[in-house]
Amino acid sequence: MSPILKIILSRLAMGFLTLLIVSVLIFSAIELLPGDIATETLGQSATEETVAAFKERFNLNEPMHLRYLYWLQDAIHGDFGVSLSNQRPIAELIASRAENTFFLAGYAALIAVPVALVLGMLAALYRNTAFDKGVSGATLAAISFPEFFVAYILVLIFSVALGWFPSLSSVDAGIGLGERLYRTFLPALTLTLIVVAHMMRMTRAAIINLLALPYVEMAHLKGMRRWRVIAVHALPNALAPIINVVALNLAYLVVGVVLVEVVFVYPGLGQLLVDSVSNRDVPIVQAACLIFAATYILLNMAADILSIIANPRLLHPR
Amino acid sequence: MSLVLTRFREAPLSAWIGIALVLLIGLAAIFAPLLAPFPETEVVGPQYSPWAAPYYLGTDALGRDVLSRMIYGARNTVGIALLTTVLAFLLGAAFGLLAATLGGWVDTVASRVVDVLMAVPSLIFALLVLTITGTSVVALILVIAVLDSTRVYRLSRAVAQGILTMDYVEVARMRGEGLFWIIRREVLPNAAAPLIAEFGLRFCFVFLFISALSFLGLGLQPPIADWGSMVRESAKLISFADFSTWQTATFGLAPLLPAGAIAILTVAVNLIVDWVLHLASGLEE
Repeated sequence: MSPILKIILSRLAMGFLTLLIVSVLIFSAIELLPGDIATETLGQSATEETVAAFKERFNLNEPMHLRYLYWLQDAIHGDFGVSLSNQRPIAELIASRAENTFFLAGYAALIAVPVALVLGMLAALYRNTAFDKGVSGATLAAISFPEFFVAYILVLIFSVALGWFPSLSSVDAGIGLGERLYRTFLPALTLTLIVVAHMMRMTRAAIINLLALPYVEMAHLKGMRRWRVIAVHALPNALAPIINVVALNLAYLVVGVVLVEVVFVYPGLGQLLVDSVSNRDVPIVQAACLIFAATYILLNMAADILSIIANPRLLHPR
Repeated sequence: MSLVLTRFREAPLSAWIGIALVLLIGLAAIFAPLLAPFPETEVVGPQYSPWAAPYYLGTDALGRDVLSRMIYGARNTVGIALLTTVLAFLLGAAFGLLAATLGGWVDTVASRVVDVLMAVPSLIFALLVLTITGTSVVALILVIAVLDSTRVYRLSRAVAQGILTMDYVEVARMRGEGLFWIIRREVLPNAAAPLIAEFGLRFCFVFLFISALSFLGLGLQPPIADWGSMVRESAKLISFADFSTWQTATFGLAPLLPAGAIAILTVAVNLIVDWVLHLASGLEE
């Protein structure tokens, strides 16, 4: 077996092990809930028979490790049980919302990644100029500001003052792609501003690190244009850290989406999660946390593996 | 002492701006009862008054004075964030230093636990735990302190490991000094600069985290004045901002006041941290 395959397989195994441990943690949340979940849900006035039937229905009489296995098996098949508050199947509640959330995160990523790469390359090309300092300052501000501050500033400018985009992103299954892109533009822009900064700084730093190397100097001496030196000679060698930071920021996007969804009242998974936390609807919280955590872990794993593939030097750590 | 003074005199403008803003907000937090014209939670006037005396920043949906709530909000939000950061630091630094010094299974177990906690985004973990504990200030502080101590653990462990390979630590060990003596007299003083900078960064993170949870309605609960909850309470007003007159424009800006205060404090602390990091790297040379 080639060494690169071996490393990738071990990373995959680590990722799935982490996922399994996290799923145990998420499952044990319901065990830690004070009081009895049956009486908690059915109310104090429930008869003994209803409590017994409830326990039978949700396998509450089984030992904990068996219930974990049942829960995991069902969750893998997309069955997360029923909501405590309205008894509706959670899979039904979550499906369209998860789709909306991933749509928004993907939309933001499609804007953010190219913008960050181009800005990072330009900042490296024109480093220590007013352009570089301006971009760096603006991105630093975007990192420091809370998500909702960025969001409300954008609403104030683009929605209230200019009236170009709606301030609430209400979408449903019936609307077309163009309309959907239009209505979710402001939340996507907010997410973009939040993640671009980090990616752009990393791109700039990764490229600048390479500019002192002999082959870059050689390229300059050959009389190549500056942007060509950066795009053709420096960029391919800076790919590993850039890919890494892009994947990490995509993972961050999936979480950052929670706050942005609440600001724009967007019907996504984050909004559902926040509502369920206030209602203490544990099964929904578990399902949503599992989806967010799994996405985050998988993207981090992808970051790891992609940066190994992009940089063969990582194969032989000294 | 004179060295410290010289450093301060040589501080760049950005650091001075940061220090001034942090001092301003700190003083507002400490002297809140003296500075605030009205009580924190009392209804003192009509709803939604414009920005005019005696309500310099208007009143909110219940008729509470916004300026007073901003001042008390500084006290509540910053106070709780500071307490949480200190707790996270004590926890993370203690375990990090111990793991680095002891090594062996203590290090392995603690590092694996931290790995699992860091594998899931803090916000998701916090939401899961807050579902179980319900929203109370104590739960909020403990949850965020534990989640944030993982980052402090990683840093202090890495820094301490670097220091432990030094000759002077070896000498102290051979002299027969105890574990805590070595941590206190050799490791801590040398790890101070990166840990101080980390404290600033952690504070920003915790502060933004608490504000975000409060904004989601899961952090500090009403009627406590807190910047995050104030953004939540006044969020809908932004749609009514109307730039035709000064009065109507300020009405719509209500959610931006507390949100802006959060942003300003975070930027200010970051400016100071940049300067401290710069100093620390300069001292090493």
